[in-house]
Amino acid sequence: MSFLRVNGLSARLKGAGHPILRGVSLSVAAGEVRGLVGESGAGKSMIGKAVLGILPKAVEVSGGEILLGGVDLLRLPPKERRARIGATCALIPQDPLTALNPSRRIAPQITDRLVDILGWDRGRALARAEELLAEVHIPDPARVLRAYPHELSGGMRQRILIASAFAAEPKLIVADEPTTALDVTVQKQVLKLIAEMQARHGTALLFVTHDLGVVSKVCDSLTVLYGGLVVEDTDVRSFFAGPAHAYSRALLAATPKYTDPQASLTPVPDAVIRDVQAEVAAADRRARHG
Amino acid sequence: MQLLRAVLLRLATTAVTLLGVAVIVFVVIRVVPGNPIAMMLPPGATEADVARLTAQYGLDKSLPEQFLIWAGGVLRGDFGLSITARQPVLDLVLGRLPATLELSVMALVIACLLGGFAALTGTRARGTGGEAAIDVANGMALSIPDFLWGLILVLLFGVLWPLFHISGRVTPSLELPFTTDFYLFESVLRLRFDLWANIVSHMFLPALALAIPLAAIIGQLLKQSLKETMHLDYVTLARTKGYGENHVILREALRNAILPTLTLVGVQFTFLIGGTVIIERLFSYEGLGNLAIDAVINRDLPLIQGIVILFAVIFTAVNLCVDLLYAVLNPRLRHG
Ligand SMILES: Nc1ncnc2c1ncn2[C@@H]1O[C@H](COP(=O)(O)OP(=O)(O)OP(=O)(O)O)[C@@H](O)[C@H]1O
Ligand SMILES: [Mg+2]
Repeated sequence: MSFLRVNGLSARLKGAGHPILRGVSLSVAAGEVRGLVGESGAGKSMIGKAVLGILPKAVEVSGGEILLGGVDLLRLPPKERRARIGATCALIPQDPLTALNPSRRIAPQITDRLVDILGWDRGRALARAEELLAEVHIPDPARVLRAYPHELSGGMRQRILIASAFAAEPKLIVADEPTTALDVTVQKQVLKLIAEMQARHGTALLFVTHDLGVVSKVCDSLTVLYGGLVVEDTDVRSFFAGPAHAYSRALLAATPKYTDPQASLTPVPDAVIRDVQAEVAAADRRARHG
Repeated sequence: MQLLRAVLLRLATTAVTLLGVAVIVFVVIRVVPGNPIAMMLPPGATEADVARLTAQYGLDKSLPEQFLIWAGGVLRGDFGLSITARQPVLDLVLGRLPATLELSVMALVIACLLGGFAALTGTRARGTGGEAAIDVANGMALSIPDFLWGLILVLLFGVLWPLFHISGRVTPSLELPFTTDFYLFESVLRLRFDLWANIVSHMFLPALALAIPLAAIIGQLLKQSLKETMHLDYVTLARTKGYGENHVILREALRNAILPTLTLVGVQFTFLIGGTVIIERLFSYEGLGNLAIDAVINRDLPLIQGIVILFAVIFTAVNLCVDLLYAVLNPRLRHG
């Protein structure tokens, strides 16, 4: 039984009603890493935000369900929904430079959820934070806990955010392009760290990225998105053996190979784009008449 | 250490500023027409009387000479004698200062409470009619100056519904056990809450009149920066931890959003203190501002000089406090 199961989730812009997610379904089980790929604007981040209850004010959910441990979040009153998300899910954000509060020390930013939402006592939460920082290979955790974010490097801050995400032993973690804002040299280490932590804690991980190379390294399954529509949902092995959907194949062809980064890349052909856009239009027609 | 150096530098520049203020005031009040000596003497005084008094107050000497004599006294803590009250200027001024400080601080507290409340509720209600209502109220509060608010408050709560006192600092018939002139403060220390209530009832309307425009400024600016802060990633991250709107605003956003407001409040607070001059007159409140108007009417040159210097000292002290507070609240400056 998957911990997260999204069924036919649709979202649109308030007012204009422009669709952003078109009946998205996907699931992530404990211990599974699901990649969420697609070009910029495909709606990858929106899915993660919908799950975590942080959709922008301008966007509203127009249908479907988000089952977290079998309970539909969209049917819960806001307060219960928040508490449920806070207790079972966590986010590894994209930009470590902006995701820590500049005027608070590191320690309370890791322990606050444990103390306020889960009711731990402060001493235990602090000990846990120190333990976690050691786990993400931060030297001198006690000092770092007392530091302010501006005293730490970007890579260090991303490690802290990863530690913080695992602090409450969440069932599900959403990582939204957790390495794109980092230095190339640090990217690999951080990626490895996330994979290592996920495996050790057996967490379900929804990994948003537009990098298929990353997918091949850390994911078990993946969902390919175009225009808020799922075009392919498969496991990683069969995907890299040969994607079923023409758009996925084109996407794969457009990705540099690790074995041969200099090989010439084929951009997604216009014909493929036309076809997938026709599918999106067909989905909209079905949604209107069904 | 950096902080200490900055403070020392500020003190040095403050000294120069005060010297400049002293020179300007000294010259200006001697250039404008109106002879203090003539105003002191009864009708029919002789030329000789005028000359004698003029010499007594040193007004027969040249301007630079007068300034040096006065400045030399100031450095020794002697601000000269008030011409009208015939008392040391320093005693007069220090006697009135506590009343004005208490009024200004009370106004500042009211402004921060009202403005903070407007900003927080406006942020909570952002994008709804509630925010629009707060914006309208803010706009009204800002477009009416403090002395007009004073008149409005007198009419409403002094005349129409006489809920508060509208004249003086405390009911004159009351027996005051105070040893300092900080009545409000001392009444609390002595646990004399009957007197405290009487003093607050006198101070409330003038303080509110001073506070309303500042509250509007605080409300607008703080709401603006809170709203901007609410979009930032660390606020969103806090939401995913299970925190609700109130917690997120107060603990994640407020502390960062308050910094730009703080600087402005410092500047505006000095304007507020300037505003006490008219407001104290309006409410017959026995503070420095009321004394200043009397001094100007009577051409009491030493007294005017003393008051202006004191105001200048207060203004620079306020600015210094704001800068220090800013450094304390902003960890990037504290360590930088
Ligand atoms: N705050 C917002 N208000 C309204 N619409 C938004 C907002 N943020 C994103 N959108 C729209 O929602 C759609 C999906 O955006 P989303 O951020 O999920 O894309 P993405 O797949 O994560 O892209 P990227 O790879 O660039 O992060 C886009 O069409 C975008 O224009
Ligand atoms: Mg995104």
